[in-house]
Amino acid sequence: MTEMKYKTPLLDELEKGPWPSFVKEIKKEAHRPMVQDVLGQVERSYEEHISHWKHGGLVGVMGYGGGVIGRYSDLAHEFTNVAEFHTHRVNQPSAWFYTSDALRTLCDIWDRHGSGLTNMHGSTGDIVFLGSTTQAIEPLFKDLTAAGWDLGGSGSNMRTPSCCVGPARCEWACYDTLDACYNITQNFQDELHRPFFPYKWKFKFAGCPNDCVASIARSDCSVMGTWRDEIQVNQAKVLEYAKTVDIENEICDFCPTRCIEWDGKTLEIDNSNCVKCMHCINVLPKALKPGKDRGATILIGGKAPIVGGALLCSVFVPFLEMDPDSDYEDLKELTEAIWDLWGEHGKMRERVGEFIQRVGMSNFLEEIGLDPIPEMVMAPRSNPYIFFDDEIFETEE
Amino acid sequence: MAEDRITDIGPPNYEQFLPPVIKKNYGKWDYHEILRPGVMVHVAESGDKVFTVRCGSPRLLAVTTIRKFADIADKYCDGHLRFTSRNNVEFLLSDESKIDALIAEVEEYGFPVGGMGNSISNIVHTQGWVHCHSAASDASGVVKSVMDELLPHFQNMDLPAKLRVAYACCLNMCGAVHCSDIAILGVHTRAPVIDHGDLPKMCEIPTLVASCPTGAIRPATVDGVNSVEIIEEQCMYCGNCYTVCPAVKINNAQTDGISIWVGGKVSNSRVAPKFSKLAIPFIPNNPPRWPEVVEAVINIVNVYAENARKHERMGEWIDRIGWPKFFELTGIKFTKYHIDDFKHAGETYTRTAQLRH
Repeated sequence: MTEMKYKTPLLDELEKGPWPSFVKEIKKEAHRPMVQDVLGQVERSYEEHISHWKHGGLVGVMGYGGGVIGRYSDLAHEFTNVAEFHTHRVNQPSAWFYTSDALRTLCDIWDRHGSGLTNMHGSTGDIVFLGSTTQAIEPLFKDLTAAGWDLGGSGSNMRTPSCCVGPARCEWACYDTLDACYNITQNFQDELHRPFFPYKWKFKFAGCPNDCVASIARSDCSVMGTWRDEIQVNQAKVLEYAKTVDIENEICDFCPTRCIEWDGKTLEIDNSNCVKCMHCINVLPKALKPGKDRGATILIGGKAPIVGGALLCSVFVPFLEMDPDSDYEDLKELTEAIWDLWGEHGKMRERVGEFIQRVGMSNFLEEIGLDPIPEMVMAPRSNPYIFFDDEIFETEE
Repeated sequence: MAEDRITDIGPPNYEQFLPPVIKKNYGKWDYHEILRPGVMVHVAESGDKVFTVRCGSPRLLAVTTIRKFADIADKYCDGHLRFTSRNNVEFLLSDESKIDALIAEVEEYGFPVGGMGNSISNIVHTQGWVHCHSAASDASGVVKSVMDELLPHFQNMDLPAKLRVAYACCLNMCGAVHCSDIAILGVHTRAPVIDHGDLPKMCEIPTLVASCPTGAIRPATVDGVNSVEIIEEQCMYCGNCYTVCPAVKINNAQTDGISIWVGGKVSNSRVAPKFSKLAIPFIPNNPPRWPEVVEAVINIVNVYAENARKHERMGEWIDRIGWPKFFELTGIKFTKYHIDDFKHAGETYTRTAQLRH
């Protein structure tokens, strides 16, 4: 057991209890002076109820504008070993699959250059290495890239895209989220590493409307799997389920459009009114499956509160085919059209969702070349303050 | 510049990390079944099976622990594992007979198995005092304290539906908690204090002025130096200015604390995704175990568990019974802080006489 440099009675309280303890995790790496000082400084925060980290001061690797976030102690005179304690974001593999050897390689690299503390994973999806000196940044990067890994995004760039487990281990995946995530990440390497957007841009790839990666809330571009044809029903298996599931109450009554009927023998779905909510499929996974004509809905503009308030993404393209052989050209084209417009006219620290609200959805659509369609709104406007232009006088051919 | 410098290679291709059973049945899964809490099987059209054992993690992991996971994966899973979007660890087995021994070993190492189905999965969270500059509270400590108490709901599937808890240590919401069944959110409650000595050296004034969502920051000359002033009545303490300019200090040991929000969701199942709504505006920081926060969360979980119908998420249950009933059942006090006064605030006013009496 490593001897502790500081007494940490408050943090020690958090070693108790059944849930795995982050304090125990930190102490596992306490053979490093840097980690001893982390413990000392965090204990001080627990005593004083305030953070002792500072930001500011650009750090990074040569030629990149993101991936490393500068972090400094404001008690550097006291906790000298964490005077610099920078964060590194390492681009995770699609759907966070690893082999033990890959994990050991990452551990070896981080052992050599930093604190040995990580987040598996950061909120956007990256592998996060917590805490290195400025001097360690470039050698760490060299070792990472030599082993086949690269940094992720930070600042006003395309942030590291992430995806759900998809077709790798889920029968509901309506397109190949792992491939799409990998393809887009590789295609936009320049945008990922070199910030030249007004603010951050996040992609998230969810295989179905269950949205296990929270794409609608946490990304600027949500690519959410869906289907256009009929839910696949295995009536025999529905009957099996009917022994334990109250189909009328648990399925029919919860259907948002009441498009399912059950007569005790057969489940009938009016697929023309199905809104692909997934509830019936979630409850009866052996009996029901998404249809076979699969693709994705593209939704744009989600974000957390900073700056102008939180937004959920809204529908831009109701259905887009996501065939891997297409190289996702349609998605890339739409993305680039949006980036061109937002890049030119967006204000500093204005996410695309806020930009759309400022300039107006109709203007935005016109500029990126998408036609307005009723799927984009919950309802047409109710206020009569309409900006008309001459187009209204043109007669339809 | 070094000639051999490697850049822009992106992440390694995921295919090399997939277990053989997944490679073989990629995109050809037939169905899945939760066999017991924390254990599920996916069955392929070919009849092949992959078993998943999910265990909780504090997200902050030492390389020592990651190596242990790698060893466990070697022993039981031919070296294959993955992580989930809620920071759980998933061991992927093709041999069902190894499940019990694997569970015994990870639990012995201190990592509980669960988090599937109608349970409380891991709390997604942020850095807090461990690594962040703008944290209004710690993250890991609050999460640890709450999960110590919620563990039975992680290990069992005894709730009406899934219950997603998320934690963010300031309004930046790196944890994007704004669509969670229960969101625990660190809040600042006072306008920042400006260090006029540092500001001209550290910050660009136009950027700083532009960072304020309510226009509360304006250029000002203070003691002969170019700086800014803050109209305090207009400040709602988001801290965006502090992230842009370290001389505008938002952190305050006396007045920072925690708020609790409820009823959000991201999935499209049954009802559309929803934002979480304010339940408790402020609870003072009380480290190391934040007992008031823990108690508040447990109370909301218990009232939900007792009253919601099967399959109803928190927000669906509240929509059915109405917010007045939610406040009555939980005993949480409704205050002026619960009424929105930011943009589009009027959308949340009750503009109907359809009320429950």
